[in-house]
Amino acid sequence: MKLKRTIRIFKLSFRALTRNKMRTALTMLGIIIGVGAVIAMVSIGAGARQGVEAKFNAMGTNNLTVSSGSRMTGGAQSGTGTIPLKLEVVQLILDRCPSVAFASPVYQTRNQVIFENKNWNTLIQGVNEDFDIIGNWTLDSTYAGRFFEQAEVDSGATVCVLGADTVTNLFPGSDPIGQIIRVRDVPFTVIGVLKAKGQSGGPGGSRDDMILAPYTAVLERLLGGGTLTLNSIQISAVDEESTDSAMNEVTELMREYNKLEPGASDNFTVRNMADIAESAADSTNILTVLLGSIASISLLVGGIGIMNIMLVSVSERIREIGIRMAIGAQKIDILVQFLFEAVVLSVVGGILGILLGFGTSKLLHYIPMFATITTIVSTGSVLLAFGFSAFVGIFFGYYPASKAAHMDPIEALRYE
Amino acid sequence: MNPVLIRLDNIVRTYHIGEVDVRALRGITYNVLRGDFVAIMGPSGSGKSTLMNILGCLDRPTSGTYFLDDQAVSGLSDKSLATLRNTRIGFVFQSFNLLKRTSARENVELPMLYADVSGKQSRERALKALKLVGLEGRETHNTNQLSGGEQQRVAIARSLVNNPSLIMADEPTGNLDSKMSEDVMKIFLDMNREKKITIILVTHEPDIAAYANRVIHVKDGLINREDVKLDIGQGGTR
Repeated sequence: MKLKRTIRIFKLSFRALTRNKMRTALTMLGIIIGVGAVIAMVSIGAGARQGVEAKFNAMGTNNLTVSSGSRMTGGAQSGTGTIPLKLEVVQLILDRCPSVAFASPVYQTRNQVIFENKNWNTLIQGVNEDFDIIGNWTLDSTYAGRFFEQAEVDSGATVCVLGADTVTNLFPGSDPIGQIIRVRDVPFTVIGVLKAKGQSGGPGGSRDDMILAPYTAVLERLLGGGTLTLNSIQISAVDEESTDSAMNEVTELMREYNKLEPGASDNFTVRNMADIAESAADSTNILTVLLGSIASISLLVGGIGIMNIMLVSVSERIREIGIRMAIGAQKIDILVQFLFEAVVLSVVGGILGILLGFGTSKLLHYIPMFATITTIVSTGSVLLAFGFSAFVGIFFGYYPASKAAHMDPIEALRYE
Repeated sequence: MNPVLIRLDNIVRTYHIGEVDVRALRGITYNVLRGDFVAIMGPSGSGKSTLMNILGCLDRPTSGTYFLDDQAVSGLSDKSLATLRNTRIGFVFQSFNLLKRTSARENVELPMLYADVSGKQSRERALKALKLVGLEGRETHNTNQLSGGEQQRVAIARSLVNNPSLIMADEPTGNLDSKMSEDVMKIFLDMNREKKITIILVTHEPDIAAYANRVIHVKDGLINREDVKLDIGQGGTR
């Protein structure tokens, strides 16, 4: 079919739509709402995903965590027994794993912390002087604080660095630096305050609700000393690319240290922060798909609306179809004319729907109920919604158009 | 050029209605010469509409052969039939069959859309055809603003624009009063005499049929009788 003829037939289709403005607008509305809903819903999902990713990136993606016990799969622990995680392993890791930059032991204890007449139950983590780098922690610059040094760790100094939440609870409106807090009657001097990281993605609430202290002091003064098992070892790789090799090196070392036979399953766990971040992001992907699918149903309903109105349009214009056929229109000419009408409805509706979806996602957080929701309109979701709406137009427009094209001209001319 | 424009050889058209076969045409053999003006008459149910549809390439015969302009029509595809209707045949109907809410000029341009005539040329040809049927100054009027006679003249202009070899007119004066009928028939007569366009006219009014050179009477699916105007006296063979 010639291009010029196609263009002229397209003009016919367009004119037919402008003749029935109300009908055209209402039919389009179905598609506008459908496309708008898909874009707005997917933008909510994408916003949630980005939020989760940002939180994990704040923890540092080149991080590894070693803990005792094998990995939990489906709630059941596989592997044989649990071997306690010993302090000397930290030094071994630092000495023998070239891809590892820093490693810190972690002792954890939950205690009541007292300052003057206030007290607060929080997590006290005994770590070494590199933990701020490993955990991607920075100091809150509004206070003249610092992180503890190697000498303090070696000597078991009773100093501590506070998480942002403990500051708000123990030192509302005052400067904690230099003050002394008490944990189980042991005085710790506050030497720094960490900058807030916000809510964690997983359980346990805020990551700022904790206190860091030299592990030596925590072990000796709070946990009773001795060769107590570590809660975990936090490791950071040299850079993000070497995270995998660091993981392999640490796993190898741990197997050797625990004297595991080849083929025996691990009795410890090395977890990669990037993997955890990914699995958390995956769960937000499910949310995106779910929201998108629900919205797609309204797009589908819009498509059925197009089909419905096109069938009406065809039956209203049987006489016209007969005239066109009698004077020489071919089946394809008629098909294209009616298909164009459906496609114009869906494509113009699609464009307006993109604007609606975009507007909705931008304005959503002005509604108090959705104030905390972040939304991201991705090019992908716009293209997907638009492509889907065009497909809907072709798919639902084809049947009425083909019905028109396959009419018998004699019958059509006789139709009253 | 072959002087015979239409050659019908034993044309049979059978309709299947339920389990009954209705033979609308039972073997029509007839030739129409170029430049002739033929009227088809017959009571309703005689098969004249079926014959009209076959001659107009809107329908195919069940058996028999039909040559239009030396082209065998019987075996053509829908697409080729559409092209044939577009380029060789002009239609004029009893109920005008113009597009509503569309101007006279655009109605006349319609066949040229499907013949891929350029926009500028279609416009020129449409204006010329409208002038020919005496509708100069009415080009931009929508069809519903025109009288019945004017509408039929628009339809005639439309049938002419692709320079067809044949104009099929199905009861063209059926919806017109006698004055308008006379005007319309005069245009047909002019087309036939001056432009040598072959016209086949279906009517049941004897005074309309009288404009034609020959009148064939169809009855029970067969040509029953043929009247030839004595002053012409040539052509059609049975």
